[in-house]
Amino acid sequence: MKRKGAQIIWEVLVQQGVEIVFGYPGGAILPTYDAMLDYPIKHVLVRHEQGAAHAADGYARASGRVGVAMATSGPGATNLVTGIATAMMDSSPIVCITGQVGSTAIGSDAFQETDVTGVTLPVTKHNYLVTRVEDLAPALKEAFYIANSGRPGPVLVDIAKDAQIASMDFELDDSPVRLPGYRPDLRAMAEEYEHAVDLIQSAKRPLILAGHGVMMSGAMNVFLQFVEKTHIPVAMTLLGLGGFPASHPLNLGMMGMHGEAWVNSAIQKADLLIALGMRFDDRVTGNLETYAPNAKKIHIDIDPSEINKVVKVDIGIVADLKEALGLLNSAVPEIKYESWIEYIDELKGDSAVRDIQNLPDNNHLYAAHVIHDLWRITEGNALLVTDVGQHQMWAAQYYKHEQPRKLITSGGLGTMGFALPAAIGAKFAKPEEEVWVIVGDGGIQMTQAELCTCAQEEIKINIAIINNGYLGMVRQWQEFFYERRYAATPLKSPDFVKLADANGLRGLRVERRADVEAAIRQAQELPGTVVIDFRVEQEDSVYPMVPAGATLDAMIRRPNPISESALSD
Amino acid sequence: MTNHNGNQKNGDEKQTLVLYVEDKPGVLNRVASLFRRRAFNIESLTVGHTDLEGVSRMTIVLDADDDIAIRVEANLYKLVNVLRVENVTHTPTVDRDLALIKVKATIENRAEVLQVCDVFRARVVDVATDALIVEITGAEDKIDGLLDVLKPFGILEMVRTGRVSMTRGSETPTIHPEFVPARVPEENAS
Ligand SMILES: Cc1ncc(C[n+]2csc(CCOP(=O)(O)OP(=O)(O)O)c2C)c(N)n1
Ligand SMILES: [Mg+2]
Repeated sequence: MKRKGAQIIWEVLVQQGVEIVFGYPGGAILPTYDAMLDYPIKHVLVRHEQGAAHAADGYARASGRVGVAMATSGPGATNLVTGIATAMMDSSPIVCITGQVGSTAIGSDAFQETDVTGVTLPVTKHNYLVTRVEDLAPALKEAFYIANSGRPGPVLVDIAKDAQIASMDFELDDSPVRLPGYRPDLRAMAEEYEHAVDLIQSAKRPLILAGHGVMMSGAMNVFLQFVEKTHIPVAMTLLGLGGFPASHPLNLGMMGMHGEAWVNSAIQKADLLIALGMRFDDRVTGNLETYAPNAKKIHIDIDPSEINKVVKVDIGIVADLKEALGLLNSAVPEIKYESWIEYIDELKGDSAVRDIQNLPDNNHLYAAHVIHDLWRITEGNALLVTDVGQHQMWAAQYYKHEQPRKLITSGGLGTMGFALPAAIGAKFAKPEEEVWVIVGDGGIQMTQAELCTCAQEEIKINIAIINNGYLGMVRQWQEFFYERRYAATPLKSPDFVKLADANGLRGLRVERRADVEAAIRQAQELPGTVVIDFRVEQEDSVYPMVPAGATLDAMIRRPNPISESALSD
Repeated sequence: MTNHNGNQKNGDEKQTLVLYVEDKPGVLNRVASLFRRRAFNIESLTVGHTDLEGVSRMTIVLDADDDIAIRVEANLYKLVNVLRVENVTHTPTVDRDLALIKVKATIENRAEVLQVCDVFRARVVDVATDALIVEITGAEDKIDGLLDVLKPFGILEMVRTGRVSMTRGSETPTIHPEFVPARVPEENAS
């Protein structure tokens, strides 16, 4: 059958199971937009292409399916870049389709021409420039395959306008892609597993470091079995949260810069670290020279380039975690490490007393209170999408996740502005979920244009703005490390209630703890997207904190109100 | 400067990698971009066709120790167009570099220059009234040696290709390995 390139694009998308595309049209992608109307794929018009990439990313993280973003050439494509880089750092499978100027004009500085494959080369898993209609279907199929296999990641397909317009005889076939150079390289050998089992058996103080990989490989069940068989306590990375139930007695909580104090101390004391689908980011290791000095290390990851990248390990196993844990489960004996677990319990020490939840009520509204109440009221079942900053860390600390794919946050790149568009994508992936956005007054202003996308699409999400009047996380660094010189962090915001209103949404404002619950419940009941402006304590800080580059257990702690002078107001 | 990819101690180690890549536009750029963004140090990179259609071959000489070379290799495999990487540093190889050297040669000293070239088995490929172009192929140190002795005559221009390497013996690398499909995780699988 004769098909235009533009039609081939949609046919392959339908074949790949794509139901929704987030995008923004323009000249170079116009033939494709024109053909879209004839295919059963929903399009969501974002207000900025960055939002399209984040929405595709949020969609992918919530569902495990590939998210798709579309944009025109030049500025449309460059606007995607932040979203692509965000997806790259967090291994999120998205496919971005961009229009390019006509193939004969490429290289001539034509109107809205940008070398998009060049620009995105370092922030994509792979990318394509398609100039001939014949190459279109193979490139798109490969893009989906590459995005969602092995270690997932973003793939961009840049399509010259004439390739969208040209026709060819086209028959959709389901022949598998054949990429001779693409071999997610799973080299683990039997001896490596045996050696790992030996290390586990001889350890006295073992600790598991569980990352995003647990969720991405769908290894939650085998992982649970592994933990219940070995009784090894588990520390989580930010992106790992949800991969193992927060309420499980062996789940110690989050590690790293704003991790639990006892977790970081336990890492420093451990004699064996078993790192699963995580990559020793500097935000979780602190100073590498003093990191876990007594520990042997086993690292299982699907990406061979992660092994020995920053932390030298004793055993590196390159494998899909689900398979690797299946093998380990059948090889490890039942073990118990009672004294080690008792010791970790002791490490918890006065942490509970320092917890802001337990401080005497001083009539101030703290972000941690808001998030704790949200967790309580939603019974831990909401799909939470956070932005980047203090509120993100409080969300990680105080909203306890039992299930995977229910905390969506920009970890590796730390992209402010991520939350709202990512939540739109997540909501389309999981329409039945109760979606809550936790976002700062700074971050919401970066992508607040997408409020109107929520209105246009008539979707229901709830947006909790943790409004502290500052770029809070940066302010905190200034407080701790720059003598409280608040350079460029005090922040004026629009009236968020009016802003919601102007976008055709409902806005609420909360200034006292006593009103938090009622507002959350009201938001749950109102039909459309609701914005809640939580006016929280302005100069609160996230504790504990490992200063960047410090040894992991050298933490700044929230003052203990009993032994130290009480937190003043 | 040092970073996590290199420390002074291992600073003068060299590694030779042989790469087979798909001969597609932009592949050289992908390889070069990888080295730049991961801060791996390239000493030389050569690229050319092979006897196989659609396959190019690169020889890359790196400033790196064995551990870093393993990571470079792992990173190269992540490039979809890279078919095979061989680290030949510790394998017997034939290594060749080619140089063209334009050297001053007056009527008076031309014979002397020619004599030096002869000792090094270099060939004269162009003769002008006051200069010669000398072509030499060999391992890098041999070329360095010729350059040293030609320097006093006056080197006007010089170009080197960088190292190309081939392992000795009859073995040939398999560059079209079985395509192993990767697992695509099922949606929300547990
Ligand atoms: C795009 C982008 N620009 C700058 C930063 C640096 N940064 C990290 S946290 C932060 C402050 C965020 O402020 P806000 O959104 O109000 O959240 P808060 O920390 O106050 O909760 C900034 C500026 C970033 N992460 N992303
Ligand atoms: Mg703020």
